Amino acid sequence: MAGKRIRILVAKPGLDGHDRGAKVVSFALRDAGMEVIYTGLHQTVDKIVQAAIEEDVDVIGLSVMSGAHLPICEKLIKKMRDRDMDDVLVVVGGVIPKKDVPKLRSLGVRGVFPGGTPFDTAVNFIRENVKR
Amino acid sequence: MGVAKYVKDKKGVITDVEYQSGIHVKPLYTPEDLKRVGFDYDRDLGDSGDFPFTRGIHPLGYRSRAWTTRQYTGFGTPEETNERFKLMIGHGQTGLNVAFDLPTQMGYDSDHELAEGEVGRVGMAVDTLRDFEIAFKDIQLDRIGSGLTINAIASVMLAMYQAVGEKYGYAREHISATPQNDILKEIIGRGAWIFPVEPSVHLIADTIEYSMKELPRCNPVSVCGYHIRESGATPAQEIGYAFQIANAYIDSVVRRGYSASDFVGRFSFNFNVMGNLWEQVAKFRAARKLWAINLKERYGVTEKKDLFLRGLFGGGGSGLTKEQPENNIIRGAYYGLAAALGGAQTTALCSYDEAYTIPTPHAALLSLRTLEIIMEEVGLRDTVDPLAGSYFIESITKEMETKIRERMDEIDRLGGMVNAVSSGFVQKEVAGQAYEYERGIQQGVYTKVGVNKFTEGETREVELHEYDPVSAERKIADLRKLKAERSSSEVLSSLRELEGAARNRTNVMPFLVNCCKAYVTIGEITDVFRQVYGEFTEPGIF
Repeated sequence: MAGKRIRILVAKPGLDGHDRGAKVVSFALRDAGMEVIYTGLHQTVDKIVQAAIEEDVDVIGLSVMSGAHLPICEKLIKKMRDRDMDDVLVVVGGVIPKKDVPKLRSLGVRGVFPGGTPFDTAVNFIRENVKR
Repeated sequence: MGVAKYVKDKKGVITDVEYQSGIHVKPLYTPEDLKRVGFDYDRDLGDSGDFPFTRGIHPLGYRSRAWTTRQYTGFGTPEETNERFKLMIGHGQTGLNVAFDLPTQMGYDSDHELAEGEVGRVGMAVDTLRDFEIAFKDIQLDRIGSGLTINAIASVMLAMYQAVGEKYGYAREHISATPQNDILKEIIGRGAWIFPVEPSVHLIADTIEYSMKELPRCNPVSVCGYHIRESGATPAQEIGYAFQIANAYIDSVVRRGYSASDFVGRFSFNFNVMGNLWEQVAKFRAARKLWAINLKERYGVTEKKDLFLRGLFGGGGSGLTKEQPENNIIRGAYYGLAAALGGAQTTALCSYDEAYTIPTPHAALLSLRTLEIIMEEVGLRDTVDPLAGSYFIESITKEMETKIRERMDEIDRLGGMVNAVSSGFVQKEVAGQAYEYERGIQQGVYTKVGVNKFTEGETREVELHEYDPVSAERKIADLRKLKAERSSSEVLSSLRELEGAARNRTNVMPFLVNCCKAYVTIGEITDVFRQVYGEFTEPGIF
């Protein structure tokens, strides 16, 4: 892991404006030595993919509290495939019922971190799974 | 969440207690402490009903009038919302508090592509006046007041409330609505903003100016420290920032040539009751005093009633946990107690199941009963401000006052709240505080029962409110039908007049009422504002 710092795009898709979790996690990732780019609120999947390309990130971290994590992730992963972004790690946090975790994994979301996940768990997962 | 930091020695004896606002608590308080903080009965407290109102705004407190309970309600369709309203009124609730779905809060119609999957999900979907006609059917709008939990387009909802009142035969002088209408706190904490800061504040000034003249029983603004606290702020930040937000709105109307005394008596606040019991009580007592002093010193307000801190002090949702959720019933009772000891005039509690689902009717009723038990059984109506004179409470009330003033001074130095929010300063402070707290929970610095101490068993699974695509489709079909039936010439002319008023910066309220009466949709109205005002971009905080 020598050299370049991990770059992560933290994104809030949809109309929901509850961004306490996204901001708190952004602080934790930054303190863990990563470069965090926060999209701000009310993002569409297209805008998120575009920002990820422009910022040349290693990771996209979505924060979803609205319950729409499955359709949003499905759309995101599809758009990422279309743009040959298979090397970008996708992780999701927020209000995620346990029963949805396997579904998210099968879509291609590698890490799922429901509210209350210790910072270290998410940080270590990202460090171990970013492709370099 | 929102507990204090406890430092212990090797034997487990607590050697320091630090509240979130930065107050260190001593093991023992004596008359010496009152001397230390310079406590003076007349200057710091006064009797209840007397300036500076630390002990309460009514001389007899809850003896003359128990608090008003106003649980947050609003479900999917206007029909369901109407049913729930009637249920809560039947159970003794004296005011309504309406929740709107996200598309409505963001100014999109139910058939907009961004509304997909969100119609009716977290509250009532409103497209036109027709929805209000259904939701408020058979509700006595001259007797029951309504809180409208919406901000970016609160002006539109207030206009619609007037329109529905008039439709049902209630004169606009007799209806009482309290739109939340606090855009600065949305930008700080809750995220349902649309337009840039300056025109957003301008719209709020329009509602205040209009209410002053046309809607005398409406409270045009409810400034929400509540959500700022939910976003992570300390109690001192919650109050200090809320007061500076209120000052920004006052300034925007004063610039139009009015005196603060003309309108400030209708301002109300929404504060959070969550965290350490004593810190909460001190917070509310200090807040009443500081608000009165703020109005007197900054704006020369002298009329006693105009100096009252009026508002809802409600139990905070972020204090509840999805772990061992029944514990939230007990937490709710203590939050209710803190609100009563703090002298709340209006109150509400988040329901115990709210950490993992949208409250069931049973849970919402339990919250109401909790508040009724506090008022009717426990003894909170016996005497006014029962903790007054306590060496401890009076000491920390004074210290809380200092902490709040420090936060207010900081905003003054930045040139006021409009600047402090535009630059991202407040957002950064609050997010930083949320991070500090979360780290504290993970490291065990703060204790949360069932979360990082006394944990057991499985965590309660979150239940997402099943989205009902059928009812969303029906909503969209109704909207299309209504659009086909309404007079398109009235729609076009009222929208054209609205656009003219928005461009000329004439007060838009009468034009909004006309739009609502012509069944113009929320989306059509908001699109006019989007064109004229533009949209907000968030300042970076990382």
